[in-house]
Amino acid sequence: MFMFTRSSARFTALTLPKPFFIARVPLMAAQFRPITTSTSTSTQNVSPDNAYSILVAQRKQRPISPHLSIYRPQLTWCGSAANRITGSLLSVGAYSFFAAYAVAPAFGWHLDSTTIAAAFSGLPAAAKFGIKFAVALPFSYHSWNGIRHLLWDTGRALDIKDVYRTGYVVLGLTTVSTIYLATL
Amino acid sequence: MNPTLFSRSLLRATTTPTSLRSTTTGLRALASVATSQAAAPAKPDSKKPNIKQFQIYRWNPDTPEKKPYMQTYELDMNQTGPMVLDALIRVKNEVDPTLTFRRSCREGICGSCAMNIQGSNTLACLCRIDVSNSSPDLVPDLTQFYKQYKSIKPYLQRKTPSPDGREYRQSVEERKKLDGLYECILCACCSTSCPSYWWNSSDYLGPAVLLQSYRWLADSRDEAKGARKSALENEMSLYRCHTIMNCAKTCPKGLNPGLAIANIKKEMAFGS
Repeated sequence: MFMFTRSSARFTALTLPKPFFIARVPLMAAQFRPITTSTSTSTQNVSPDNAYSILVAQRKQRPISPHLSIYRPQLTWCGSAANRITGSLLSVGAYSFFAAYAVAPAFGWHLDSTTIAAAFSGLPAAAKFGIKFAVALPFSYHSWNGIRHLLWDTGRALDIKDVYRTGYVVLGLTTVSTIYLATL
Repeated sequence: MNPTLFSRSLLRATTTPTSLRSTTTGLRALASVATSQAAAPAKPDSKKPNIKQFQIYRWNPDTPEKKPYMQTYELDMNQTGPMVLDALIRVKNEVDPTLTFRRSCREGICGSCAMNIQGSNTLACLCRIDVSNSSPDLVPDLTQFYKQYKSIKPYLQRKTPSPDGREYRQSVEERKKLDGLYECILCACCSTSCPSYWWNSSDYLGPAVLLQSYRWLADSRDEAKGARKSALENEMSLYRCHTIMNCAKTCPKGLNPGLAIANIKKEMAFGS
């Protein structure tokens, strides 16, 4: 296993504790030489100070490994992302409505319940269902998942089995309550 | 973003049963190491080659201007051991010696070969090849991870001498509290699977380090609990955990960093 190329040898040198590199690498290379006669092993000795400066220079250029884009979708983190997204949507929606309501008189808007209810009742049935669904879905998911988070905060249901079980329960309840709310 | 951030390496092996493609991986004579490690069947030649492709994410620190890329290797599965690490070792020994990765014990004890395989973090030595359509960066920079580990003072802090002047004794119950904590091998699979850690690895300690932090908070012999807790009393170190639970899902040792963090939060809130 000690058939390093220059780059990998340097790399290993940097990542191993000093005593390992200094004392053992040359020794092992010597032991392995008879076996690996066909390959030329070239390692280089680096003083600890040098090694450190190489490490610093290298770290400045190291790319970040991909994470979000390559990680396998799982109920754990997808559920969490959905919780974040639905929470953001709900707060943005609520804040913008309340802000608009507050400034409505200044602009002559009519945002009182009667006007909105009247406008809504004029919409076709499909649009009514669509709008209710679009509000009910994030609301349901975020509420049910919020309860799941409160349960977690007590230190319960945190094993991975329970995390999945409660995750599916949240998805089920979300479906039921979204459909119920959208058909009200 | 902080360039020192690392996430686990990826390695993707596509299960392409391109069975009749000729083995481009020349079997060199120096396979002495490989044949002993890869539990090779007795008559490899009599079998049809079962070629599998492995895509490995690569980058060379000597040529930093060259972007990381996926490189494909082909191996005959009839001559390769069952685990992803066996395949990596064969690639390095027989196909491409420039492939670099960390490994040591090959039995799930050391945590060196932790990498992202098929989109999920695990140890290459514990991951069967057939389960894994495997995926990149085999040698991540763990400098920050180790610094964070050091920052939580992962050792017993105690001033009071033991009553008998010999050992710091624990009851069976007290010792039991450390189960599920002390087994961590610091492979960093959990930290690098954590979305919070992806975004905040410079300030958030991450699941592995917090699990260790709790290991000392839960230790009946430790007397620095106050200092340990107050070190976590800020918005980044501990509270970037949002109970996503990728950590427990991915831990190759079956531990539960998420639960340990929840326990720290509870202790911080209720001061037990």
